[in-house]
Amino acid sequence: MDLTFSEQETAFRDELRGWLAENKPGPAPTEGDDDTHYAYRRDWQRKLYDAGWAAPAWPAEYGGRGASLTESAIYFEELGRARVPMAANVLGLLLGGPTLMVWGTDEQKERYLSPILSGEEIWCQGFSEPDAGSDLASLKTRAVKDGDEWVVTGQKVWTSGAQYSKWCMLVARSDSDVAKHKGLTYFLMDMEQDAVQVRPLRQITGEAEFNELFIEEARIPDANVVGGVGNGWKVALTTLMNERAGLGFALQIRLRQLLDDLIAKAIERGTYDENADSLAELHVRCESIRLLAWKGLTDVERYGQPGPEGSLVKWLWSDTNQRLTQLAVDIVGPDALTSGESWSYELLRARGNTIEGGTTEVLKNIVAERVLGLPRLKVAV
Amino acid sequence: MDFGFTDDQRDIQRTARDLLAERATPARVREHAEARTVDQALWRELSELGWPGIAVSEEYGGQGLGQIELSILCEELGRSLAPVPFLPSALAATVIEQSGVQAQCERWLPGLASGETVGALGSLSGDGVAELVIGGADAQVLVLVDEDGTGLAIAAEDADVTPLQAIDPTRSAARVSVPDGAGESLGDVCVGLGRSLISVSSELVGVCERALEMTVAYVKDRKQFGVPVGAYQAVSHRCAQMLLDTEKARSTANFAAWTADADPERLAEAAAMAKASASDAGREVTAGAIQMHGGIGFTWEADVHWLYKRAQLDAALLGGAKRHRAQLSAILADKVAASATA
Repeated sequence: MDLTFSEQETAFRDELRGWLAENKPGPAPTEGDDDTHYAYRRDWQRKLYDAGWAAPAWPAEYGGRGASLTESAIYFEELGRARVPMAANVLGLLLGGPTLMVWGTDEQKERYLSPILSGEEIWCQGFSEPDAGSDLASLKTRAVKDGDEWVVTGQKVWTSGAQYSKWCMLVARSDSDVAKHKGLTYFLMDMEQDAVQVRPLRQITGEAEFNELFIEEARIPDANVVGGVGNGWKVALTTLMNERAGLGFALQIRLRQLLDDLIAKAIERGTYDENADSLAELHVRCESIRLLAWKGLTDVERYGQPGPEGSLVKWLWSDTNQRLTQLAVDIVGPDALTSGESWSYELLRARGNTIEGGTTEVLKNIVAERVLGLPRLKVAV
Repeated sequence: MDFGFTDDQRDIQRTARDLLAERATPARVREHAEARTVDQALWRELSELGWPGIAVSEEYGGQGLGQIELSILCEELGRSLAPVPFLPSALAATVIEQSGVQAQCERWLPGLASGETVGALGSLSGDGVAELVIGGADAQVLVLVDEDGTGLAIAAEDADVTPLQAIDPTRSAARVSVPDGAGESLGDVCVGLGRSLISVSSELVGVCERALEMTVAYVKDRKQFGVPVGAYQAVSHRCAQMLLDTEKARSTANFAAWTADADPERLAEAAAMAKASASDAGREVTAGAIQMHGGIGFTWEADVHWLYKRAQLDAALLGGAKRHRAQLSAILADKVAASATA
């Protein structure tokens, strides 16, 4: 056990920290609409890209730095620490690119990776549907072969950034006659066609981070199939496995910052003592999340596969963020219940944490079945 | 950055687990628990293997290994509930070694390291009385610590030791009273106390781990309504929660064990985190184990109650979760104040 960074890791951290200190953007625009905010994130990605910091985990041949898992975690910790915005094309960088590196043809890698990195082409994720949430493999969006094209019809939901996207990682049913996991194909769908309509989905915070996609006979060339026809479930799992790998470290640091802010606030308002027990418990949880995240990384480096920590970390993080933002209402007072204030936003946004990216209930099932080896309840179909 | 144990540490863990699986079987633990006796044969064997002195420095006859190695043994002994005075004796040795002057170390440590002397550690509640000292009835040397972080060592024959029947019968217990002016001051015991909290936390992690293993095995086997009860989410989700609590406690205990030797400036904070986390987990996980065993879990005949009882004693030992969160909140406030003035 050695919980210190190697010389190389420290050098990586210091270089990035130094660069961020010099180059981090000013505060996010408070005026203007979503587009203004998006432009701000796009500019930020461009800056990262120009300095070679857009995706250090990508291999050097695709424009990354071939960073190790630990360095990649350091990268997200440092971005979180510097409180910089998320790069505009975060889904392309974290999910789309890595999925293509595993499953894409040489032509696909050649065509798509570079514009992902530069932010020239934004990516979104078309997985969930109104009737296919936790049971993703039951999705109904249909893809029918027509010559050397596919014709796609259906509906997707929770698609963030769809209005800015050029490409959608789309999973659709290409064969209805086989078992549900087997009839799926993974496509790259051009979002710039009339057959794809994007409608913002207003959430409980009042804003619209996500969208619904209405797809009516959209056309996708055969060359845009990723990983082969009928192999969509496997390809989608690659995407999903990448989803939590890096981002967890940024979220963990964000939680830490919120807690430090809250402790300072409690001291300032003279309510620290009455909330000391809850704040200390949140501190223990924050530290556990950090330690379990690092432990998960060690397991991947040692054994090549993640241990149970991935599900546990996401479960503990989401629950802790909800407790923290709820406690903030007691500590911060009326501001935390006033629309437009940051604590009220955090309170409302946190409700999504235990749902997005795997509900806590599904995570518990995963832990019970795959970690503890408990039997799965057979549900009558 | 590496969260795993070294090869040597894994060897210690494997050897300990194998040995205890053979020697401290549930039947053997039950026999001694029901008779409220120490397993002297096992204690002799562990002593010959050098376990009691694993973290005592070589100059006093120990193996001179670190807190991580000590914690590994504590965890394994917690798993097995071996009826030996290992933990109380190790805690006494830790505090004496960290705080005692040379004469005190020379007097007590060689015996504690070899297992010939048994020690115990208790908290004084004022008036020179420690109400419940785990292992106190077997000990030849008692280390007693005060709320203000000072401590004393006293030979059992110089103290008033009244044996008690604690709910955990796998270890002895006693009420200890120190006559006026008796015992030798150890001065400031904060470092030894911090390390002791980590050892107790590691034992609790072992108790939790075993409680979860027994529970998972039981709910896979036990059928109601024609299916194993572990297939019901009301049951399986409680088991998942038990795993989360256990892993949370393990992460902070391992971190604290590493901190004790590698980053002593954070010892007080890491030890308080570990004990807060492990005390809560110990209570929750062993209570869950009884509940998930259903009716059988409430019987004397099932072995889960021994784990629950051990967890209750350990959770209270050197202060429960609330006290350590209070400690932690003071450290956090200081940190914020320091960063504000920086």
